[in-house]
Amino acid sequence: MSGFHPHLLERRLRVTRGVVWGSVAALVIVFFRTQILEHSKYQLQSETNRLRPIPLPAPRGIITDRNGKILAENVTGYTVSLLPAPDQDSLRATLRRIAPIVKLDSLDIERVLARYRKTPYLPVTVLPSATFGIVSALEERRLIFPGLLIQAEPKRHYPDSSLVAHLVGYVGELTEAERAQRRFASVRLGGLLGKDGLEREYDDSLRGADGVRFVEVSALGHVVREAGAASRLSPVPGRALHTTIDLELQRYIAQIFPGGQRGAVLAMNPNTGEILALYSAPGFDPNAFVGGVDPDYWRRLNENEAHPLFDRTIQARYPPGSTWKLAVAAMALRRGIVTLRSRMPIPCRGGLQYGNRFFRCWSAQGHGDLALVDAIAQSCDVYFYQLGLKLGLTSLLEDAGTLGFHSRTGVDLPGEITSEFPGGTDYYDRYYGPRRWTSAVTLNLAIGQGENAQTLVNMVRFYQMLASDGKARTPYLVHPAAASSVSLDLAPDQLAGLRQAMISVVERGTARGAARFGGSIAIAGKTGTAQNPHGPAHGWFIGFAPAEKPEIVVGAIVEFAREGPYVAPLVTRVIGHYLGVDTTAASRIRIVLPTDTAPHPMQLLPGPPEEDTTVTPLDTAPTPPDTGAPPDTGDATPAPRTR
Amino acid sequence: MRPPLRELDRPLGLVVLALAAYGLATLYSAGQTDVPTFVTTIWQKQLIWLGVGAVAVVLMFRTSPRLLEWATPYAYGISVVVLVFTLFVGTGGGTAASERSWIAIGGWRLGQPAELAKLAVILMLGRWLAERREAPATLRDLVPPCVIVGLPTLLVAKQPDLGSAMVFIAILFTMLFWAGTKPSLLLLLGSPVIGLILAFSTVTWGAWIVVLVALLVWWRPYVWEGLAVMLANLVMGVIAVPLWQRLAPYQQNRLLAFLNPQEDPRATGWHVIQSKIAIGSGGFLGQGFTHGPQKRLAFLPAQFTDFIFSVVGEELGFVGVLVALALFGALLLILLRIARRATDPYSSLCVFGVTGMLFTHIIENIGMTVNLLPITGIPLPFFSYGGSFLLACSLAVGISLRVAWEARQSGYAEL
Repeated sequence: MSGFHPHLLERRLRVTRGVVWGSVAALVIVFFRTQILEHSKYQLQSETNRLRPIPLPAPRGIITDRNGKILAENVTGYTVSLLPAPDQDSLRATLRRIAPIVKLDSLDIERVLARYRKTPYLPVTVLPSATFGIVSALEERRLIFPGLLIQAEPKRHYPDSSLVAHLVGYVGELTEAERAQRRFASVRLGGLLGKDGLEREYDDSLRGADGVRFVEVSALGHVVREAGAASRLSPVPGRALHTTIDLELQRYIAQIFPGGQRGAVLAMNPNTGEILALYSAPGFDPNAFVGGVDPDYWRRLNENEAHPLFDRTIQARYPPGSTWKLAVAAMALRRGIVTLRSRMPIPCRGGLQYGNRFFRCWSAQGHGDLALVDAIAQSCDVYFYQLGLKLGLTSLLEDAGTLGFHSRTGVDLPGEITSEFPGGTDYYDRYYGPRRWTSAVTLNLAIGQGENAQTLVNMVRFYQMLASDGKARTPYLVHPAAASSVSLDLAPDQLAGLRQAMISVVERGTARGAARFGGSIAIAGKTGTAQNPHGPAHGWFIGFAPAEKPEIVVGAIVEFAREGPYVAPLVTRVIGHYLGVDTTAASRIRIVLPTDTAPHPMQLLPGPPEEDTTVTPLDTAPTPPDTGAPPDTGDATPAPRTR
Repeated sequence: MRPPLRELDRPLGLVVLALAAYGLATLYSAGQTDVPTFVTTIWQKQLIWLGVGAVAVVLMFRTSPRLLEWATPYAYGISVVVLVFTLFVGTGGGTAASERSWIAIGGWRLGQPAELAKLAVILMLGRWLAERREAPATLRDLVPPCVIVGLPTLLVAKQPDLGSAMVFIAILFTMLFWAGTKPSLLLLLGSPVIGLILAFSTVTWGAWIVVLVALLVWWRPYVWEGLAVMLANLVMGVIAVPLWQRLAPYQQNRLLAFLNPQEDPRATGWHVIQSKIAIGSGGFLGQGFTHGPQKRLAFLPAQFTDFIFSVVGEELGFVGVLVALALFGALLLILLRIARRATDPYSSLCVFGVTGMLFTHIIENIGMTVNLLPITGIPLPFFSYGGSFLLACSLAVGISLRVAWEARQSGYAEL
């Protein structure tokens, strides 16, 4: 066969060899490109293929009181989560299988899926705090749940629960809105951060930095093993927060606070501004927010008409009532209009005729002719009507601004609202129209009624000035704020005189029963009753002790307490407890006094205090279904005029 | 005369032995996954098949080419009958679950007849070509070889096992080439296939028809031949679309995935993507024998059959790939040398056909692991698990060893 002539065969052999060499060379080139040139790319793909990042939550810094007692700590909890699945359907299938064990209903499953859609590359939390029983039940069935991940994680715990709720706040998951803020840029989606109170205010230092570890998964999504230690990044724990709070005092306040009542107690050191106790009632359980708040609990909190989430020390405004009289007295003294011994032209006969209207004193039979100190002690309205007129509306408004009555104190807690007081006479022009109001408003302002609503912290700060050298100390829980420019500018003897007047309040004035107890310590203070068109008045008492050299100033407000004198024992007992004197005497005090304020409810400020206490929209996941009235800005409905 | 075993062709014997050892080691590693499956112990079965293969090598080495030549038509006939039989009673199995490519008796799977049929076709084609005095010079001369190959090809394609069908086509062309058929004639024979592929776009198909006309004018075949070629190309252009639609979805997807693996990375592109990741992550020295994470964590599909070479790439790196390619290259070159030195056309053609078959398997299988070629389910000689193909390879090696011995006996080796 001629085709097989060696010469021809040799030629075909060369061609064939060329084809073989060429093909093998082509393969070598392709493998060289894939394995050497593109090695790093495929190495990375191989790792992302099999390595799944698992965030390691950093333990938040603990929060302690001034003596190192724990306000907030971390305990170990188990988190059940699922590694990211290739798609939503396979995740849904796994969730359905897991549902009977961890008790998920279809709504919970949708919630988990919604969380997965937000961060499809991170493990999705199924159960934030699992019991040991659930954990072991899941571990037994690990093989049928691809991507099951059970991790021990630090969980926030507040040993004193609702007692410190408003103080420490609570924690929750980062929301979309917060993610946009530069402050929370380093928090991963699904990560925890402070939502309120100290947890919010000092979140940056409490939070720490999350770590990450990697687990190796198989093609079916089962976790096979921990990846090498080199790829592990340990979390950096948050820094501990040392506060000025005296937990013992806080507990005592919670214990003696009238049960079922709404109100707040704030205690601070007048010489430094350190807040010793901050209590608001009713409280809530901040532990319920750890690992996602139960929607039912959240709804109950928001639908509760007492607004438990609300911090009444800094987020509620009340008409200051007679506690305000000290402010008017201080303003008149600093302007040199009166001295501590000054008397007013018209003695108290149970009221004052001004224009076409009769302004009554709380005491119908009248106080007679009084000096300033006595007028403070008796809380005589007639005296202060005249003092207000003498001071003049313009000065009154100006000095109120100087003394910080229409600004915030700057306490280191989130959500403090601004106290309200007219900034000038144009306020009245705007609301009643020019010339449609008279200086009669001055009379109301002089006795703490009218267009005046103060937060408890602001009033306590004012009494702190009285209790110290007359200079304001910004209240604080952790870090002292820069020195405040607010000052009473009173001479030491004037301050001493006012303090003496307030001792008189306790000894023989409106808070008579509070008295000196233990025989050694004098408590100075002032009652107040805020008119409330919606029911019984709110009672105030702000006091400090020892009167000669005050170490503690305590303010309390109890909603619907009818009158300030009812509140006085609460404060005196707190003071007594703090100063370590016998409080049994104080606990027996029964103060029965008629209302010490003008008898006509003149609610000139728009909205009752309850509506002032609207929950400021908290940026937590579920929106409160009932947000009440819109936050008041002082320009809502015009109130009835005084004529 | 019975050739003594010590007169085996040393290079071929050593290369095959090395490949078999390398393949068995890789198969062992392929079974070492984190979650053990049946693959874990499959290397032991392969060891038994290697033993069977060794017997086959010795048997074929002892068989005279003349006896083989005499037995060829019977082997071919039996193969065709068995293939027809398979179409009716064949079952799916292994990595070809959807194909009826297995012969099973009483639930005991005997093997895949298509693999042995490849060898039978080589022998039959070799016998027909060797009997002719001249190399096929016209398309008419090419009709009998086309029938010899076409019959089993169609039967295999009907299973459907397109990969093996392609191997049959490759065998036809390589052996026609070795027999001295002019390249131009081969091109005309292959033109309908080219036309079919280029028919995916009217422009490329039109251009191809123009080129074909030019070639026909240049080469001046018989008029009826030219017409037949033109007609075949036109028909291909027309039936391309219906033919594409008749392909099973997985077959369509494989081709589409070859063009763009990222199109659907979880489904069709999965194999190629995971294979490339495994090979690429191997780097220069690899992740270490049995330690490839892609394989261990079951990301690598069919790691013990079609994609076994990805295991080599991942675990032994570029070095391991180079060694394997060198061994395969050496095997092919040694076989070519044996074909060249064969004492008679029949032996030469048979060895060359075997070379063509192995070449197709090696290049296609390795090429598809790096997406150089589209995925077809054809095994890698000596590496992939599978008794039938290993037996076919062993028989082929045995034949080649005998041919090499015959050549040496005739004094060719001294040349």
